[in-house]
Amino acid sequence: MEFLKELLLFLKTRKKFWLIPLVVILSLFSILIILASVPALGPFIYSLF
Amino acid sequence: MAIVILGISAFYHDSAAALIIDGEIIAAAQEERFTRIKNDPGFPDNAIKYVLEEGGINYNDLSAIAFYDKPLLKFERLLETYHAFSPKGLLSFVMAMPVWIKEKLFIKKLIRKKISRFGSSKIPILFPEHHLSHAASAYYPSPFDDAAILTIDGVGEWATTTICHGKANKITILKELHFPHSAGLLYAAFTYYLGFKVNSGEYKLMGLAPYGNPNSIQTEEFKKKILTELVDIREDGSIILNMHYFDFATKQRMADDKKWEALFGMPRREPESVISQIHMDLALAIQEVTESIIIALAGTAQKITGSKNLVMAGGVALNCVANSKVAKSGIFENIWIQPAAGDAGGALGAAYAAYHIWGKGERKKHGFADAMKGAFLGPQYDDKYILRAIRKYEVGFSHFENFAELTAIVSKKIADGNVVGWFQDRMEFGPRALGNRSILGDPRNPEMQKIINVKIKAREEFRPFAPSILLEDAGLYFKTDFCSPYMLFVESLKDELRNDEPGNYYELGLHDRLYHIRSNIQSVTHVDYSARVQTVSKESNPKFYQLISDFKKITGCSMLINTSFNVRDEPVVCTPNDAYQDFMNTEMDYLVMGNFLLDKRKVQS
Repeated sequence: MEFLKELLLFLKTRKKFWLIPLVVILSLFSILIILASVPALGPFIYSLF
Repeated sequence: MAIVILGISAFYHDSAAALIIDGEIIAAAQEERFTRIKNDPGFPDNAIKYVLEEGGINYNDLSAIAFYDKPLLKFERLLETYHAFSPKGLLSFVMAMPVWIKEKLFIKKLIRKKISRFGSSKIPILFPEHHLSHAASAYYPSPFDDAAILTIDGVGEWATTTICHGKANKITILKELHFPHSAGLLYAAFTYYLGFKVNSGEYKLMGLAPYGNPNSIQTEEFKKKILTELVDIREDGSIILNMHYFDFATKQRMADDKKWEALFGMPRREPESVISQIHMDLALAIQEVTESIIIALAGTAQKITGSKNLVMAGGVALNCVANSKVAKSGIFENIWIQPAAGDAGGALGAAYAAYHIWGKGERKKHGFADAMKGAFLGPQYDDKYILRAIRKYEVGFSHFENFAELTAIVSKKIADGNVVGWFQDRMEFGPRALGNRSILGDPRNPEMQKIINVKIKAREEFRPFAPSILLEDAGLYFKTDFCSPYMLFVESLKDELRNDEPGNYYELGLHDRLYHIRSNIQSVTHVDYSARVQTVSKESNPKFYQLISDFKKITGCSMLINTSFNVRDEPVVCTPNDAYQDFMNTEMDYLVMGNFLLDKRKVQS
């Protein structure tokens, strides 16, 4: 939570709200990659596609 | 109550920790020295443990912890770079994301977690900008009350170069150059193209440059191509890179090999392959271009600050050839460079920035000296500890109650052509061994460069060695009388001490030129008659001074070869155990640790 607050404050201070969609989409991609690297979760991720 | 600041640098290359109490540096060390992983980028647990122990400090005593950059700002750069170059770079970006999401974005949380095991979790955690950390590491420990500050490296958050003004305890950032336009990354791209490892092979490129032919059409052509195609250098030293040729913004490599091959008419040199004249000429060309950038930046720094003093930090400030050009340009009266100019020094700078800017601490006066304590800021091991280490190996040794007796014997061994590992007192902070973790040899011996390079350090033959010379005798050998305690400047050998070059000097191959006898101190005279000199004074390192003085008494020569105590791709030794391992695994003849002397022949028999 502290991190999210800091991130929002940072984007506000830097006037960079346009980065939010980029952060969200690419973070989702990356989370997927991290999860895919866990063997036990592989079958669940493959079933998404 | 004392203000106690712990500075940390981590996660890129060469992690480190530093401890400052009331503005005085207590300890600083790189993590690589403890983990034995060269340029270890991991969180510096061991270095932190050491600096806190050295200061007798626990986490509850800390006033603040300072991390050497702003992770969110760096993340912003990553996102915007991706956006700017999209769709190129998607793969590189996606590859980089996991480590950001797992680790780099949550440095505050990570530090809090580490602290919570040992003490209060309420200690403020500060994040000075990367280049402010470099600037602080250059200005605050310098001997000046007023100085222009120039920091140049690959990239921090956005900044790749900054000019600041330091006055009393304040640093004002005046100008910044932003990513991707970076003198450090330009040099790193050539490091890559010439077959050396980026972030650690830049020294090799600098050492190779003097083999280039300064009078050849090829070198001129290369310079012209660099200046017309790769980089636009403006009058104030700002640069604009032509990103058509560079890949570092979108890929995990520095340059586009095919485009560079078309430009320079030569393929990328494969690592470890033969080095030919074309490689040397290209190395010289980029070295000279880099020097012109740094001199222009120094001129701008002087113009906008009006100061007569310059201080420098950032990885590019370890380019001692360029530093000397700046010093000799006369733009500034005085110049001082942070000996740990790379990212490790960022830990020290972050701690200094926190103390002076956040803690509003006043600067301490050190007279004409700097506050670096000779850069001897790492761990030391007393004779009891060394004895325990030696006994473990069950080898013969000699112990000398009287240190003068030891230096008299060791200097004689060196004069007889032996190579000696020299391990004393506190370890150096930064990349250079300055006489406490050093391998020493006789500079008059023409074979010594080959012996140490090939048989001991297992590194490239062409790489030069530095001399450590008695401060008062520097003027006897080199063109100017100077003080260079941290090996950050090169100096030219006096004309009368030089042997003439053969007429066809630049037509000779690398080896023939390397082994052409250039002077009576052949092993520390580089092919262009320069040397990366360390001046040693009685005050800065009394034991090392005594050894060189004894060597002078026997030989009349006031210097020794001094190279870092390590083998290729290994960090400088930290403990007596590390030193013993290197001693046994190489062809070193003697090892001196504290007041102990080990003889290889006796150890092996």
